[in-house]
Amino acid sequence: MSKEENTANRPDNTAFTQQRLPAWQPMLSAGIVIPGFVIIGVAFIGIGVALFVTSQNIQVLEKDYTGIETNSSCFKCTNPRVKNCNCTINFSLDKLFEGPVFVYYGLSNYFQNYRKYGASKDAAQLTGDLAYFTEPSTSCVPYQRDAKDKPIVPCGSIANSMFNDTFKLFQIVNSGNVAVPLDGKGIAWWTDYNIKYRNPTTNPLKNAFNDTVKPIFWPRPAYELDTTNAANNGFINQDFLVWMRRSALPNFRKLYRRITEGEYAKGLPAGDYALVIGYNYPVKAFDGRKKVVFSNVSWMGGKNQFLGIAYLVIGSLCVVMSIVMLIVYAKFKFPDEE
Amino acid sequence: MLAIGRRPLRPSSRPSSATIGLCPPSTQVWNFLPKNLFEQFRRIANFYFLIIFLVQVIVDTPTSPVTSGLPLFFVITVTAIKQGYEDWLRHKADNEVNKYPVTVLENGRRMGTESEKIKVGDVVEVNEDETFPCDLILLQSTRDDDTCFVTTASLDGESNHKTHYTVPDTEKDLDSLSATIECEQPQPDLYKFVGRMHIYKTDREPEIRSLGPENLLLKGATLKNTQRICGVAVYTGMETKMALNYQGKSQKRSAVEKSINAFLLVYLCILVSKALVCTTLKYVWQSKPGQDEPWYNQKTQREKETNLYLKMFTDFLSFMVLFNFIIPVSMYVTVEMQKFLGSFFITWDRDFYDPEIQEGALVNTSDLNEELGQVEYVFTDKTGTLTQNNMEFIECCIDGFQYKYRDAVSELDGFSATDGPVSKLQEKAGKEREELFLRALCLCHTVQVKEPTGRGQDHTDSMAGVDGMEGCPPPHEQTGFIASSPDEVALVKGAMRYGFTFLGMESKKMKIMNRSNAIETYDLLHVLNFDPVRRRMSVIVRSKSGDALLFCKGADSSIFPRVRQEEVEKIRVHVERNATEGYRTLCVAYKKLSPEEYARADADLQAARLALQDREEKLIAVYNQVEAGMTLIGATAVEDRLQEEAAETMEALQGAGIKVWVLTGDKMETAKSTCYACRLFQRGTELLELTVRTLEDGVRKREERLHDLLLEYHKKAVQDVPPTKPGGSRGWSKPSQDFGFIIDGASLSMVFNSSESSSSHYKNLFLQICQNCTTVLCCRMAPLQKAQIVKMVKCSKGSPITLSIGDGANDVSMILEAHVGIGIKGKEGRQAVRNSDYAIPKLKHLKKLLLGHGHLYYVRIAHLVQYFFYKNLCFILPQFLYQFFCGYSQQPLYDAAYLTMYNICFTSMPILAYSLLEQHICVEVLLDNATLYRSIAKNAMLRWVPFFYWTLLGVFHGLLFFFGVRFLFGNPALQANGQVFGNWSYGTIVFTVLVFTVTFKLALDTRHWTWINHFVIWGSLCFYVIFSFFWGGIIWPFLKQQRLYYVFAHMLSSASAWLVIVLLILLSLLPDILLVVLRKPLGPRARQRQAGESGAGGPKSSAQPLLMRTFSDESNTVV
Repeated sequence: MSKEENTANRPDNTAFTQQRLPAWQPMLSAGIVIPGFVIIGVAFIGIGVALFVTSQNIQVLEKDYTGIETNSSCFKCTNPRVKNCNCTINFSLDKLFEGPVFVYYGLSNYFQNYRKYGASKDAAQLTGDLAYFTEPSTSCVPYQRDAKDKPIVPCGSIANSMFNDTFKLFQIVNSGNVAVPLDGKGIAWWTDYNIKYRNPTTNPLKNAFNDTVKPIFWPRPAYELDTTNAANNGFINQDFLVWMRRSALPNFRKLYRRITEGEYAKGLPAGDYALVIGYNYPVKAFDGRKKVVFSNVSWMGGKNQFLGIAYLVIGSLCVVMSIVMLIVYAKFKFPDEE
Repeated sequence: MLAIGRRPLRPSSRPSSATIGLCPPSTQVWNFLPKNLFEQFRRIANFYFLIIFLVQVIVDTPTSPVTSGLPLFFVITVTAIKQGYEDWLRHKADNEVNKYPVTVLENGRRMGTESEKIKVGDVVEVNEDETFPCDLILLQSTRDDDTCFVTTASLDGESNHKTHYTVPDTEKDLDSLSATIECEQPQPDLYKFVGRMHIYKTDREPEIRSLGPENLLLKGATLKNTQRICGVAVYTGMETKMALNYQGKSQKRSAVEKSINAFLLVYLCILVSKALVCTTLKYVWQSKPGQDEPWYNQKTQREKETNLYLKMFTDFLSFMVLFNFIIPVSMYVTVEMQKFLGSFFITWDRDFYDPEIQEGALVNTSDLNEELGQVEYVFTDKTGTLTQNNMEFIECCIDGFQYKYRDAVSELDGFSATDGPVSKLQEKAGKEREELFLRALCLCHTVQVKEPTGRGQDHTDSMAGVDGMEGCPPPHEQTGFIASSPDEVALVKGAMRYGFTFLGMESKKMKIMNRSNAIETYDLLHVLNFDPVRRRMSVIVRSKSGDALLFCKGADSSIFPRVRQEEVEKIRVHVERNATEGYRTLCVAYKKLSPEEYARADADLQAARLALQDREEKLIAVYNQVEAGMTLIGATAVEDRLQEEAAETMEALQGAGIKVWVLTGDKMETAKSTCYACRLFQRGTELLELTVRTLEDGVRKREERLHDLLLEYHKKAVQDVPPTKPGGSRGWSKPSQDFGFIIDGASLSMVFNSSESSSSHYKNLFLQICQNCTTVLCCRMAPLQKAQIVKMVKCSKGSPITLSIGDGANDVSMILEAHVGIGIKGKEGRQAVRNSDYAIPKLKHLKKLLLGHGHLYYVRIAHLVQYFFYKNLCFILPQFLYQFFCGYSQQPLYDAAYLTMYNICFTSMPILAYSLLEQHICVEVLLDNATLYRSIAKNAMLRWVPFFYWTLLGVFHGLLFFFGVRFLFGNPALQANGQVFGNWSYGTIVFTVLVFTVTFKLALDTRHWTWINHFVIWGSLCFYVIFSFFWGGIIWPFLKQQRLYYVFAHMLSSASAWLVIVLLILLSLLPDILLVVLRKPLGPRARQRQAGESGAGGPKSSAQPLLMRTFSDESNTVV
């Protein structure tokens, strides 16, 4: 061997320094891509068919109750001067609406994703921190304090504008109207209900709200949101939680109730129904629409044709592409693999 | 009492070292941070982000200042760390010299101190093997002959021992010496120094001694072979020549950086127009009744009161802030890291290691890595670059008789005449002439005999250009010769073979051993140094008999006019024959000086040496006067071999579409033969010559002839050739006729300096001709002319990327001028290496540097840049589109954490790893197929078309991400339990698709998957998933809003979200996959890889290149 000192300055002979690290050098060749495309295409078409069929099987019943048309039963309620207005929408099902049925309300042209609107809340207050009851965050302005300078709890635009229409569903049978029980539990995220939002530990809850006022547009203070269930009040009221999770787009729907109890748990049988709406929420001012949606859900959630169609299209596209590639390669007689 | 002081005697000039002490060359620890920050914010991009950050702090903006503050902080920190590291290295180097303990003589006592505390005028004592702490004038040496030896290895890399002399005739006793020194302003030239010493004696007029570089010991040099010296400090600290040489390297910017800036501008326009569009639409939208202030979202009092235009402006700023991520904040830092780390691969490359000099490649700047892949013109020096500068004595001619040294087998009287045409009649010249010639060879040089030190002799020999020892068994001992030019060693050794051995010098006496083994001594009276203008050197010696003899050797062109003409012809034949055979020739002449002549010459020389002003000019005038009327004795021929694989390298470069220009100070014939040997000129190449010879053909004036020739050549090379498509890398084919262009220095200066009006016209013609020639040979170039040519090409149309490669001081100007300067660690010192951007040991390494490393670096960085813009475009486009769905309210689509982390954590590492490790084509294939280099020529990957493609891809992906999820959210009830998703879920789904797509896109482009790529790509994705879980899984106490709480987990619990993510990722990548697959059968370079693979591993041909003989009297070599 040569002398030691001759190699003193010599760079290390490691695979890394010599850029000779063992490497996998994938080449996207037709031999891989064409079968790959076929496989992906077939798989996508399969998924697409499954999605499409699933989506097709989901029953949806949408009822717009804004009351724009003068002949609509809710037209009378659109006048802002009318208080505690009720209107009824009748509909009939000619076959069983399979359960469990989910009741959504939908709003359109409603910008819950408006930035200032979204920032207008006090997260610390909503975790039950009493310090923020007396001093709500300035982000809540102009719903931080009322005209008498009393702190608003919960403060901010989001809470203030909480959706407050109510729905009651009746099945019209010969003997009269049978109320369909609507289940308000489990409509908000579990984590929101159990961890993220917290009521103050004060007992009774009402005392925590001393020296505060309810949001301006609310009919009742937060601790009386649900008169039937004491545990569903304050910041962990399910309707409140659903509302507080801001929608992504200006046309949205939010879960209102589920029909999971009693004889209707299996679904709404064919027949006539009356939906009694407590019409409180004004949307005409900003050209909005309100609707109520009955839907059942599948493993993929609510009805959504987009996914199924998209999968079918992409799947077929893949198959077509693989055929095109095959033709190209055959035509150019390109010897791809050794 | 010590009385060496220094007074400024010339009031017109500032004393050279008025500021005593050391100003630190770089920053200190305490001011590093502010200084560094200032430097960094001068960068336009960083400044931009600072402004954005400030806007976020001041104005109510949609995102918190953290989102842009944190990435900016990250970028600044990384850059500061990198620069701090470089500073630290510099500091370490500085401290080694600054804190060095030294001994200063003060009032006759020896005092220990630190080197940085030395003041001008201090007398410093330095021991053997110590480094000089400042620039010193040598006053006293322990050697008998008042000399000392130093090595300047750390200054210019020349490890030979240089002799320095004490100031003549000073007292041996320093205590009684009283003197002042006058010297010039500090200047960086290591080899120039002018000064004067006034010695005061109590009873006499002050005596004046001239000081030159031979008296100056430079800081950084090391004392050798001398026990101890004393010297007086003349320059200290920043004024030392070493410090002056240390700094001031001009910044070179790469073309890639220019592309980046152009793209940045485009993106800035996109950003501003996005913000403008949104602002406008916002106010248009709000003007509709009910939209501006719906009851559920009332404005605050302050908002209502704000002026409309002010509101518009803040809205505009808010949009800018929201979209500012489109300008990739981390790109600069990633590019910088890539360059910095990537350059290590050059230093680490074992192929660049040269066992002979035991060094590998050197990277002086990492800014230009990718430029190596873009070179269009290579300007190469000849001697030492194309040729080895490894001289071997071949033959000599004495009085017209040829003496060829046939074999290495040494006969001490090994003269043998060959059957040269001239020497047929008479075989040998007279013995007297022979011996005179050999004595001339033995005396006329500046070679030193290396004193055997007993250790590491071979080691240093190989560095100093002493070679061929094995070939001739030396007569007495293992003697080594040291010289700054290999030619001199070759000549002295040549003389040794013929029986005259130079034994060395002792106290200005040169000793030689003649054929009869008798020792002759000569007094060395004067050395008339070599310089490139005179192209000769002389010595004046006094022989035993008392005759003053002048021996002169030099280039034929400079000797022939100075000798008696009747001798010239017979020697000229030899010289010309040798030249055509490719040897470097030197002529030797002598002259006997009569005592009067000598006395006059001596006086003139002394006077000129003492001159403070115009010393150089005066000396040359005296030299010219003395070196006249000489007698020509003979000529020598020395062989300079071609560099290893020179021809292969040149061929590869030409194959890569690079035009090679040879710029040399050498003769045309020599250079031409070298070009043929390097296959730069081929047999079919038609040579267009524009030299003094062709210009003087006619009877007309040179100017006219120049005009005609230029037009003629232009017609031939430019007009008659069918134009090749510019920039067409695909259809590049060799023009039917190769042209080679030859021009010499004189003609070139005519082209450049002819009358005003025609100059630019000529220049234009010249340039056009040159651009159409495969090879251009410029001979007889002065260093400055080399730079001129480089500059001309650099500034020509299309501003091609130029590369200069050279090894000598004369190449420095062109190395500095070119886009990329490459130094060869040759034998002519380290000046070229010091000034270069990259230094390699051998010419053959250029091939891998350009075709391998350069190509890879370019592809890597080009991809890096395009990818960066792409990934930020498709990152921010959904956020822009979202504005159309949220009432133009600047609602961010992504959470602040995602906005912040996207560029610095989720997507930065894979591209960095890619840009360091990617080998889209493996190196062997790149080296084998030089034509691959053409595929990236002219900045192919960073032109507007690929940029447009990437932008389009980014837009496509952005649209897809946003609208894909938008359609999914047509019904936001996406969970199996019927619950709905909100806006943060929307953003998270888009962001997840984004991160995965962008990473997979990179994975798709990666052709070289090492474990690092795997680790980083999959690691980044895992990190994203884990981070998202973690970020959403905990109630973070420092966050005001827990916006993402369990959003990610809920997303994963939804089958629809999964399906849409998979769908969108696949759909995004589909076009890319299709493109890759379909380009293969339709594209041009389909099968290169496979073709290369079979040939991989076998490119290192063991065949030694043709030993081409070439000669030179090139100006740069010290003859």
